Amino acid sequence: MLQQWKPDPTFYPSPKMAIEAPIEDVAYVAAPRDDGNPDAMCVVDLNTASDTYGQIVHKLELGVRDEIHHFGWNACSAALCPYAPHPYIERRYLVVPALRGSSIYILDVKENPKAPKLVKTLTADEVEARSGYTRPHTVHCGPEGIYVSALASAGSEEGPGGIFLMDHYNFNILGQWEVERGPQSLSYDFWWHLGYDIAVTSEWGYPAMIENGVSLEDLGERKFGHKIHIWDIRHRKNIQTLDLGDDYQMILELRPAHDPTKAYGFVNAVLNMNDLSSSIWTWYKDGDGWGIQKIIDIPAQVPENPDDLPPALKDIGMIPTLVTDHILSLDDRFLYVSCWGTGEMLQYDVSDPFNPKHTGTLKIGGITKSHPHPAAGPVSGGPQMVELSRDGKRLYFTNSLYVAWDNQFYPEGANGWMVKANVNTEDGGLEFDPDFFVDFGESRAHQIRLQGGDSSSDTFCYP
Amino acid sequence: MDTISWWGMLGLGAYHGINPGMGWLFAVALGMQEKRRSAVIGALFPMALGHAISIGIVVLVIALAQQQLPKDVLRIACAVVLFGFGVYKFFSARHPKWVGMRVNFKDLTIWSFLMASAHGAGLMLAPLLLRMPAAEASAHMHHAPASMADNATMLLSAVGVHTLSFFVVTGVVAVIVYEVVGLALLRKAWFNLDLLWSIALMIAGVVTLFWKH
Repeated sequence: MLQQWKPDPTFYPSPKMAIEAPIEDVAYVAAPRDDGNPDAMCVVDLNTASDTYGQIVHKLELGVRDEIHHFGWNACSAALCPYAPHPYIERRYLVVPALRGSSIYILDVKENPKAPKLVKTLTADEVEARSGYTRPHTVHCGPEGIYVSALASAGSEEGPGGIFLMDHYNFNILGQWEVERGPQSLSYDFWWHLGYDIAVTSEWGYPAMIENGVSLEDLGERKFGHKIHIWDIRHRKNIQTLDLGDDYQMILELRPAHDPTKAYGFVNAVLNMNDLSSSIWTWYKDGDGWGIQKIIDIPAQVPENPDDLPPALKDIGMIPTLVTDHILSLDDRFLYVSCWGTGEMLQYDVSDPFNPKHTGTLKIGGITKSHPHPAAGPVSGGPQMVELSRDGKRLYFTNSLYVAWDNQFYPEGANGWMVKANVNTEDGGLEFDPDFFVDFGESRAHQIRLQGGDSSSDTFCYP
Repeated sequence: MDTISWWGMLGLGAYHGINPGMGWLFAVALGMQEKRRSAVIGALFPMALGHAISIGIVVLVIALAQQQLPKDVLRIACAVVLFGFGVYKFFSARHPKWVGMRVNFKDLTIWSFLMASAHGAGLMLAPLLLRMPAAEASAHMHHAPASMADNATMLLSAVGVHTLSFFVVTGVVAVIVYEVVGLALLRKAWFNLDLLWSIALMIAGVVTLFWKH
C-alpha cells in the first residue's frame, strides 16, 4: 500500500484540538429492520445549507436480520499515539459488525462520503473461527489496530464474551485479545485510559438472554451483568473487578474522560431492580486500584394510564427509566443521558465528576408518553443512541435500542427517527432543531457516526 | 574513517533525531502526561541508549564482515539490503507496536531499540561504515593494518558521535515542542518522514554501490 505524505487531517493529537474541527456534513446511521428487508447503512445530510438537509441521501443495504448496531472507524486520532505512531493511515473505512448475524462489513467512504461502498465482508464463520467469539458489538480504533468486543464465545453462545483484535490495514482478525480474563465472562462495551495503559469492559447478557426480547426470567434471577472490569492493557490482564451490586442489572456504555491525564469515566446501569430507576456511575483511579461510585439516580415514572403499558410492564405498573446510552463531550464537561423508557434526554455538567449538575432536559417519545417533536408531532420509541459533534454544539440521537427489545417496550410500533438538538455550551441547555427530523419509516435507527469523527470515535494520547 | 564519514555519522544522527517516531514525540507525550518537563528530559537517556545499541549492532556486524568478506562483495551485499529494505519501507506502512504510556527506563530503551532497528537506522550508516580502516587496510596493503584496539575505539567513537548527535537533536526538538510550539505542529508539519526515510535508505543503497574509494 502506498503511503500518504501528510497525516490524515481528521486526526487530532488532543481533544482540545479536535474541538476545533470543521463542522460535520454527513452522518452514518445503522438502520436494522424487522420486516425481512435487509438492514442498511444510511447516510444523512447534516449540511444546513444543503437542499437535502436532514434527509437520508443514500442507503447501502447489508444482510437480512443482521442487527447492525454499533460500528466504528478503521483508524482515528489514536494513530498519533507516540509509542506506535502511524499517522499516514487514512480514516476511510467503517467497520460494521452485525450484532445478531455476527458478520463484519467493511465500508469505504473515501471516494464519495455520501455513498459508502461495501469493500469486504468477514462472514460470521470467519469471525467466529478466527476470533473465538460471536455477536460482535463495539468497535474502537486503537494505537495497535482495531479492537472489537463480542458478547459470547463462538459455538457455545455463552460466556466468556470478550475482545478481539483486527489488523487496521487488511482487516484480518488477529484473535482473542485477553491473556488473563480473571472472573470476567459477560461482555458488552469497552474503552480505555490510554494514558494509564488501562482498559475497562462492561457487562450486558448472553445471546439467549437478549435475542428474543429481554428475558424477564433471567432478569428476575438477576443474571444480567452488574460489574465492570479494569484491565492492564500491556499485559492484557484483568486486574480488578468492580461490582455495582446485583440490584443493578445491565451495565452498558463506558465513557472515559477524553483527556488522557484524567483517570475517571462514566457508565450507565440500566435497571435498578428495586425501583426500576437507572443510574450513572463514576469509576476512578483510587491509589493503586480503582473505585466506582454512583453519582446520578434517575427515577422511574408513573404512567397516566397504566392500561397503556406494554404487556411486559403491565404487572409492574411503572415506566422504567431505561438509560441505555450516554455521551461525554470532548471537553469532558457535559454528559448527555438517554432515558429510553421515560422519553427524556438529560444534560448534566460533570466538570466535577462526582458532583453532576442537571443543566438541561428534552422530552421526546417515551413509553405511554409519546412526547412530540416540533416537526413531527407525537413519536414512538424514546431517546437512545446519542452522538455529539466534536465542538459539542450539535447533539444527534435516534430511538431504537435493539429490534426485539423495541418490539417489547414499544409494541405499537417503533419506526425509526433521528433528531438534532442545538446545545448551549456556555451555560448548558439544549433545544430541538425544528428543521431536523429524519424519518426512517419501517427501519429502526441505531448508532450514529459523524463524518471525520465525533465524541465517541477517537482516543487521544495527548492532553 | 575520513572527514566525510564523521560528518555523515553526525548528520544521520541529527536526521534520526528529528524523526518523531524515533523518540522526541514519545518524550513530549510523557512530559504532557506527567505534566513536568523533567519527564521529557528523563525519557531521552533510555532512548539514546536503545538507539546506540541498535546502531552498535549494525556497526559490529559490518566490522566483522569486513574481516571475512571481500570488499566488493560486502559493498554490493550492503547496497542490495539497503535498497531492498528501502523499497519495502516505501510500500509498507507497517509500524512497530509495542509498550504503552506507563514506561520505565528499560521499557523506553527497548522501545527505542525496536524503533531504530525496525526503521533500519543502523543500516542507513552502511556506506559510511564501509569506509572504516579495516576496509582501507585491505585496499592499501602498504599501510600498517589498524590494531584491534584502535579499531574498537574508532567503532565506539562512530557510535558515540552518531548517538550524541541523535540525543541532542531529539532533546532540543522535544523541549521546544513541549515548551513552545505545542502539538499543533503534528498536524501542520508532520509530513511522512517514514516515506522520506525509505527513500533515504534507497539512496544509501545506491551510494554504497557506487561510492568506491
